[in-house]
Amino acid sequence: MHALPSSQSPSPIPALAITAYTATTALGRGRQAQFDALRARRGGLRRNDFGPDPLPAWIGRVDGLENEALPASLAQWECRNNRLAWMALQSDGLMSAIDDARTRHGAERIAVVIGTSTSSIGASEEAYTRLEPDADGMPSFPADLARPVVHTPHSLGDFVQAATGLRGPCVTVATACSSSAKVFAQSARLVQAGLVDAALVGGVDTLCGSVLSGFNSLGLVSANPCRPFDRDRDGLSLGEAGGFALLERPVPGSTGLRLCGYGESSDAHHMSAPHPEGLGARLAMRDALARAGIDAGDVGYLNLHGTSTPANDTVEAAAVAAMFPATLHASSTKGWTGHTLGAAGIVESVFALLALEHGLLPGILHSETPDPACGPQIRFDNVEGSVIRYAMNNSFGFGGNNAALVFGRA
Amino acid sequence: MTKLNTLAARIEGIGFWADGLPTWKTAVDHVLNGTPPGDGGKPSPMMLAPNERRRAPPSVAVALDVALAACEAAGREPASLPSVFASTHGDLAITDYMCATLADDPRAISPTKFHNSVHNAAAGYWTIGAGCLRPATALSAHRASFAQGLLEALAQLACGDNAVLLAAYDTPGTGPLGAVSQSTGLLGGALVLATGPGADQQRDRGGINLRATLVDGDAPRGNGVLSRHAGANAMAPMLPLFDALATGSDLVLLHAGHGRTLRVELAHG
Repeated sequence: MHALPSSQSPSPIPALAITAYTATTALGRGRQAQFDALRARRGGLRRNDFGPDPLPAWIGRVDGLENEALPASLAQWECRNNRLAWMALQSDGLMSAIDDARTRHGAERIAVVIGTSTSSIGASEEAYTRLEPDADGMPSFPADLARPVVHTPHSLGDFVQAATGLRGPCVTVATACSSSAKVFAQSARLVQAGLVDAALVGGVDTLCGSVLSGFNSLGLVSANPCRPFDRDRDGLSLGEAGGFALLERPVPGSTGLRLCGYGESSDAHHMSAPHPEGLGARLAMRDALARAGIDAGDVGYLNLHGTSTPANDTVEAAAVAAMFPATLHASSTKGWTGHTLGAAGIVESVFALLALEHGLLPGILHSETPDPACGPQIRFDNVEGSVIRYAMNNSFGFGGNNAALVFGRA
Repeated sequence: MTKLNTLAARIEGIGFWADGLPTWKTAVDHVLNGTPPGDGGKPSPMMLAPNERRRAPPSVAVALDVALAACEAAGREPASLPSVFASTHGDLAITDYMCATLADDPRAISPTKFHNSVHNAAAGYWTIGAGCLRPATALSAHRASFAQGLLEALAQLACGDNAVLLAAYDTPGTGPLGAVSQSTGLLGGALVLATGPGADQQRDRGGINLRATLVDGDAPRGNGVLSRHAGANAMAPMLPLFDALATGSDLVLLHAGHGRTLRVELAHG
């Protein structure tokens, strides 16, 4: 394995307080549902029942999403993805935490930085199945879907801003599967640069034809529940999820969860395959550790990207083995939730935060046979009662777009 | 408590592509001297290998064209720069293709079109073409996409990077989607932004100093020459800045979101 480029590592950054956080996945709504399912090793994948002609696959589908409705005042943003965003916003006291932060900082001093891969493209897909001739006879969107606000990536960020009334910089980050890890980095910069005092970060992606058929066309979807880091893994399972975290400049002397560092990089290798030596992955992890001001040996839990594709897991395990001691507990939780794409960053950050708060280090679901190519850091079994100081999360996306985050406690 | 949140940078290089105005020089000539726009033409992403160059979707082609032009104007090595790619809609023709194919025959989806459908496709091809390991991001914010991209680029400078590439682009809408997500023509603009003159005193690059402040209020629609030339493209909200850069104006108001404006002051060196 080549050495990393000798470019200068970044300096440590001031940590940000995480004053609220939540996730809604196929495991249920809110943190407790995530924790209970992780602890009981109860997965959320089911046989693909999405759409009229489901491909042979397993998916992590959020129950009840079809029956959710947005409030009348937000009806123009109606679509599956924004319904899931709304559902996630209602959990774990997030809205009241946002209200408190608005009182403390002012609405214009809180950014909204939200990640997604496909946003509400499901609404565009649906419109194409119900095209109607317009006055000139051209096929056009049916009236109920002729809402420009949902047929564009910023549908999500715009909806979250409208739903929360926040007035700081508002942006949707769309770097495929690293999106909602990148939002932590961008928000940390906005605070450090003095533009805002807090940021609502998060990510939402929902099942849609584009990703189910698209990943299938690349031959990356398993016909079985995914088995990250298993010797016999044969592809990913797709899922949908939404989650949020509220980041704030910490009150001096306060205690609680912290975002300690972030690292971002590019592979400069291929649009849909990882760098064979995990160069970008290692750079992202190195810079995240450097900004946190800690050593690899200080990390107690690493939530891996771990998609269960043969290529990703081999490369990521080797990158981890090159950087971390054998004592690290590292795992992929995608066997529970599926790969939630642009929401993976926030969901798996929530799992890392749960590990910090409750000492539950998840293993890997469905995987049985270790891959000899993977190092001792990769753990299939859960560990409970572990007291750790730092937890990390890796998220890697198409285009060779990588992000790693370090969380801790003060 | 009112906090003024002003961020500053020096513009080291500018890249531009619009239909008929395929370089920043032709755009400036058009603005200052009324030189008429040329005919047709396509952006050429020289960063890519020839076979990939021909196959590149319009979004990727225009983004890479202006990004490289900005780097060349700045005298910066593309591989050395972190990058911010801003686009309102990404590649509308690919989204149209994905939706039409899914409605017709989902199993016929092209894997290449699928991985080119991600919003960070241009960022991905740029980093691959440049051999760039630095961070790249891709973002969207309706008509505020350019202003939000500029804020992210300026925040990167404020947090320790000494130079950053910002590239913004949108494509023409096609098919039924094009009637809803309206955008006409192809448009791209790029800036290489750097911290103060201390970044590299060996080379006197000159450049234009920029100060940006996020304020309340609504920015007016642009009415400069470039705004009129390419005002129907979804990235047109960036054009008031490029008009000001061409004419030497010292103040620009950019739409930065609902009731928010990015006030940009320029000091031309």
